Amino acid sequence: MQALLDNLDRLWSGFLTTLGMSVAAAVIATILGTILAAFRVSPLPPLRALGATYVQLVRNTPLTAVFFIVIFGLPAVDVTFQNFFIAAIVALSVYTAAFVCEVVRSGINSVSTGQAEAARAIGLTFGQSLRDVVLPQAFRSVVPPLGNLWIALVKNSAIAGGGFAVADIAQLAPSLARDNPAQVLAIFGGIALAYMVITVPSGIAVGVIERRTAILR
Amino acid sequence: MSSDQATRTKQPLVALAGVNKWFGDLQVLKDINLDIANGEVIVVIGPSGSGKSTLCRCINRLEGVQQGEIRLDGVLLPEEGKALARLRSEVGMVFQSFNLFAHKTILENVTLGPIKVRKVRKAEAEQRGRLLLERVGIAEQADKFPAQLSGGQQQRAAIARALAMEPKVLLFDEPTSALDPEMINEVLDVMTSLAREGMTMVVVTHEMGFARKAADRVVFMDHGKIVEEATPETFFTNPRSDRAKDFLSKILTH
Repeated sequence: MQALLDNLDRLWSGFLTTLGMSVAAAVIATILGTILAAFRVSPLPPLRALGATYVQLVRNTPLTAVFFIVIFGLPAVDVTFQNFFIAAIVALSVYTAAFVCEVVRSGINSVSTGQAEAARAIGLTFGQSLRDVVLPQAFRSVVPPLGNLWIALVKNSAIAGGGFAVADIAQLAPSLARDNPAQVLAIFGGIALAYMVITVPSGIAVGVIERRTAILR
Repeated sequence: MSSDQATRTKQPLVALAGVNKWFGDLQVLKDINLDIANGEVIVVIGPSGSGKSTLCRCINRLEGVQQGEIRLDGVLLPEEGKALARLRSEVGMVFQSFNLFAHKTILENVTLGPIKVRKVRKAEAEQRGRLLLERVGIAEQADKFPAQLSGGQQQRAAIARALAMEPKVLLFDEPTSALDPEMINEVLDVMTSLAREGMTMVVVTHEMGFARKAADRVVFMDHGKIVEEATPETFFTNPRSDRAKDFLSKILTH
């Protein structure tokens, strides 16, 4: 315990790194995942195939492997990132987007086809009907699973520090444990608690958002 | 029926020529030829599965057809894309299940099309929207959500939504079939007044009273074919085909 209290400044900076990395990845993954979901319900078969292929490839690859590909594989084809922090955001975004896509797609499927038809019948294009009619309702119905993805993303970000030299909370744990072998349990427990500081309030917030945005049916 | 079309001098507003459509192996529309004049009210009736709803949905290409031509104001219906969206904005549609946008207020339902498709300013669209809601008798419901309205009110809101686009023709796909009996008339009244005002309408319905009162022409369909076309007077008192006689005897006996 003392080891954690003595290193509060490192813990705080690691916490901010984890939070920043997670928030950035969540924003990118939500946007990318939504675009992929739009592809998967598009009237154009090539876009549907592209969306489905992305999901199958990425969803079935271990996250650690995605990190390896982004950090060590892409430089081989001259795609490099400024630092591990940026690379970690890319890896987390690419990976999480596949799951966001499927969650959003199930939300899209929960909107009655009649509403999409009504939207087209008043002259909205496919994109407009998606943006103004279907997606706003789709998102409302998938708040809980999107919340799950966010919580999973925060915890998945530990791979960045655990394996790829990003100075987040997870990286702090082994180095503190090495220096204070007698306090290993307290250190790792404290690190787990630091993740919960993000995830537990997130879970509560998700519940509030779910109630606030619910649509009368 | 073809001689009837030949005598009409003006170009029809809606023209279906040689339309055939299949769902898989099942042919749901068989050689449909139908011209609809500007201001005409057509009521399409027939047993369930006769293709009448499909016919209605083909006119704004919510359903595509495999054979034949459908023209609106002389223009062939475009393939999917922006051109089709533009054409659809000129064809209003009212659905059996209302299909109001559940996350938007009644007024927002009515103004979405004008704002997004016609690029009308929001304030102007809302002013016009409120007038339309008044016209269909639900002005006081403007700021509620669809689920807070009765079925009859929802369907009248859906009619206002369609009218907001100032369509050339209005399609009604069984507009009263999902309504409780006491709410049917409030919707039919709105439709009857639209018909009187000269709106071109294609109405798929089982409401024979409306057909008698408001239709210029009754189109009777069975098994994907137009079996008979006549004025309501002729059709209801003196149907030519056996199939129509049989259908009418089943629905008019009680």
